[in-house]
Amino acid sequence: MADIKEIMKPENLVYGKSKVLTDNVMSYCPGCTHGVVHKLIAEVIEEMDIQEKTIGICPVGCSVLAYNFLDIDWQQAAHGRAPAVATAVSRLKPEKIVFAYQGDGDLASIGTAEIIHACNRGENIVVIFINNGIYGMTGGQMAPTTLEGMPTSTSPYGRDIKLAGHPLRITELIAQLPGTTFVTRQSAHTPAAVRKCKKAIRKAFDNVEGKKGTSFIEVVSTCSSGWKLSPVKSNEWMVEHMFPFYKLGDLKDE
Amino acid sequence: MADYRLMKGNEVIAEAAIRYGCDGYFGYPITPQSEIMETLMLRKPWEETGMVVLQAESEIAAINMVYGGAACGKKVMTSSSSPGISLKQEGITYIAGAELPCLIVNVVRGGPGLGTIQPAQSDYFQAVKGGGHGDYRLIVLAPASVQEMNDFVGLGFDLAFKYRNPVMILSDGVIGQMMEKVQLGEFKPRWTNEQIIKMYGSWATTGKTPDRKHNIITSLELDSSRQEKFNHKLIEKYKVISENEVRFEEIACEDAEYLFIAYGSSSRICQKAIEIARAKGIKVGLLRPITLFPYPTKKIQSMLSKIKGILAVEMSAGQMVEDVRLAVEGKVPVQHFGRLGGMIPTPNEVVHALEEQIIKGK
Amino acid sequence: MTEEIIIAGFGGQGVLSMGKILAYSGIMQDQEVSWMPSYGPEMRGGTANVTVILSDNRISSPILFEYDTAIILNQQSMDKFEKSVKVGGTLLYDPNGIIHPPQRKDIKIYKVEAVEEAARMQSAKSFNMIVLGAFLKIKPIVKLENIIKGLKKSLPERHHHLIPMNEKAITRGMEIIEEVK
Ligand SMILES: Cc1ncc(C[n+]2csc(CCOP(=O)(O)OP(=O)(O)O)c2C)c(N)n1
Repeated sequence: MADIKEIMKPENLVYGKSKVLTDNVMSYCPGCTHGVVHKLIAEVIEEMDIQEKTIGICPVGCSVLAYNFLDIDWQQAAHGRAPAVATAVSRLKPEKIVFAYQGDGDLASIGTAEIIHACNRGENIVVIFINNGIYGMTGGQMAPTTLEGMPTSTSPYGRDIKLAGHPLRITELIAQLPGTTFVTRQSAHTPAAVRKCKKAIRKAFDNVEGKKGTSFIEVVSTCSSGWKLSPVKSNEWMVEHMFPFYKLGDLKDE
Repeated sequence: MADYRLMKGNEVIAEAAIRYGCDGYFGYPITPQSEIMETLMLRKPWEETGMVVLQAESEIAAINMVYGGAACGKKVMTSSSSPGISLKQEGITYIAGAELPCLIVNVVRGGPGLGTIQPAQSDYFQAVKGGGHGDYRLIVLAPASVQEMNDFVGLGFDLAFKYRNPVMILSDGVIGQMMEKVQLGEFKPRWTNEQIIKMYGSWATTGKTPDRKHNIITSLELDSSRQEKFNHKLIEKYKVISENEVRFEEIACEDAEYLFIAYGSSSRICQKAIEIARAKGIKVGLLRPITLFPYPTKKIQSMLSKIKGILAVEMSAGQMVEDVRLAVEGKVPVQHFGRLGGMIPTPNEVVHALEEQIIKGK
Repeated sequence: MTEEIIIAGFGGQGVLSMGKILAYSGIMQDQEVSWMPSYGPEMRGGTANVTVILSDNRISSPILFEYDTAIILNQQSMDKFEKSVKVGGTLLYDPNGIIHPPQRKDIKIYKVEAVEEAARMQSAKSFNMIVLGAFLKIKPIVKLENIIKGLKKSLPERHHHLIPMNEKAITRGMEIIEEVK
């Protein structure tokens, strides 16, 4: 049998944690998509060697603490306003690579005006949009993206379209805006999906480096605490219910 | 035995609104008050009384929905916690400027900025001194128990309509999250348009009828002399409110040589501090302002001849204490004690502060 | 009579509902009650605690820093609350998952093997009622009949068939509590 020291030799290394991730224990619940996407962003930043060039804008929501997990400079924005904050950073520091990271309540409810106008101006930023169909941080209230019939704490009998309106496919709206160059909808629930998602994130960061305007990546996600399902069941539920409504794939790639 | 229930302060706000014939609630989730809208959604009052309940896309939208509903003469309300109340400030000053009645509940958490979700009393200035732009006042009620969360919904609506003025319930994470026993009010039917006109006159946009001029709800006045006249009218109204609507509670004040002044959850901690201090032989009482605007200034002044010193206890860096000092005008020592950032003072800390800052006169 | 209690453990152990049942029973016997939970972002596996006060008089502060009784159901809570029991007060714990048992000599310490017993009864949900029973054995501040009345009032009708199971668990808790000397 191989000696343990043999195995630990650098040339035998098959996988390591990105250096852009800090050693802090992530505060996310088991099965949460935020952690996976954080890892992918960290890997892309490391691969592009842009740790010093990248400035992140984190939202209000479960990922408000993203600044504890990625070892880059961060600004924490007011609820929904990350695209406005990112706009100023990208205009005043055009040599930097700026990304906004937002949840669905943050981006598609309170921050609808900011995201539409930042994308319409074609700000040279990446937007990562974690759509878990619920407000995770505040304990599982209805989000604009909550599916019809889906129970949440503010739609306890399931989302009723007559009372609460329709689930909002904001990514389709964003894709209409001439300012955006790359708009895609991804997921991160299987190794293959994770690899695809990472490729999309890489392309978005490349676009910003090439000053091509706004790149927008929605990641259809799970929230097992909010959905009150186990992590495995959450993935199954997402595949069965979220994917038919939020169809995966590129909406725009110019 | 009366029919008591065990409920959270936040849940009681929702239940009281339904029972008091509230016409509409508009909100947006934020800790530590999300249970208000959650309870309403669970109760489905639209099936029972016709009350409208809507989760708005933001606090800004929610307060403007309140503006629209109030301008129709409806009993409407919103609730939020500190960061969300900050977003509502533009709407609140428009509501005050248009002289519209409504109820706003703030379940305060620590700031500034995103701050903490734990309880605080650091929004006193914002609630009592204006908050938004322009010369205006809210009537501010400070509940210290779950029962008062119930009672002040009705009182709040009554005062709002009586004076055509926005009313705020200034609560905090303790009162919102805790459960106590509570006796709910009787069900009251929602008002009809005719009742509103009969009780409060015909100022609302209920549809122009031939017997009156058209009603316009606005806060705009381009003619400065007329705007000044309007400002004086508001000042007059606030004066009447100050004369008639002051509310407070006195606890252990009969023989008190020292005084705590505290509202809301701090007043509860002071009650425990009184037990501890009195066991040590310190004669201390509590004045608990129930209305923060209007403030019990005259009451404080009337107590000064018997009092050697006052400790204002609040979970802020020292906000209400300024109103105590304005009342006291330097006649006795006034000090502030508080914890910040969502920390809650212990009763022992309060007693210690009284001994060190007031009795020993440091 | 005033009894100031902290109940602390993991979310999902029924800490908050146990406190609620206790408070409800207090109302059934005409007492003043308060129930103040810790609150924060909802997280799987997070800690939870609740302060419950029952009293014959108006309750002053619903938030306390010293308690007559601490009911402790995980190690984090032991680390936090063992020191907050008043001298001469009571600490009740379930040894399951406790690495450092309580050390104090100036309080009374009891244990109840509620996790094990709930497993034996094949009813994991009975766990908190076993603990409640154990507590009531040493501090009979509310009568069993008032607990049942409280349950009837606080539970929706469709859950009333669970009440006998709860009663059984409470009685079992009363039997298996042990003093730790
Ligand atoms: C102005 C304001 N309103 C409300 C809140 C409360 N709040 C915190 S996070 C959040 C929503 C989070 O949901 P989402 O954006 O979907 O992100 P998730 O937590 O699910 O990742 C809300 C409403 C706040 N912090 N500030």
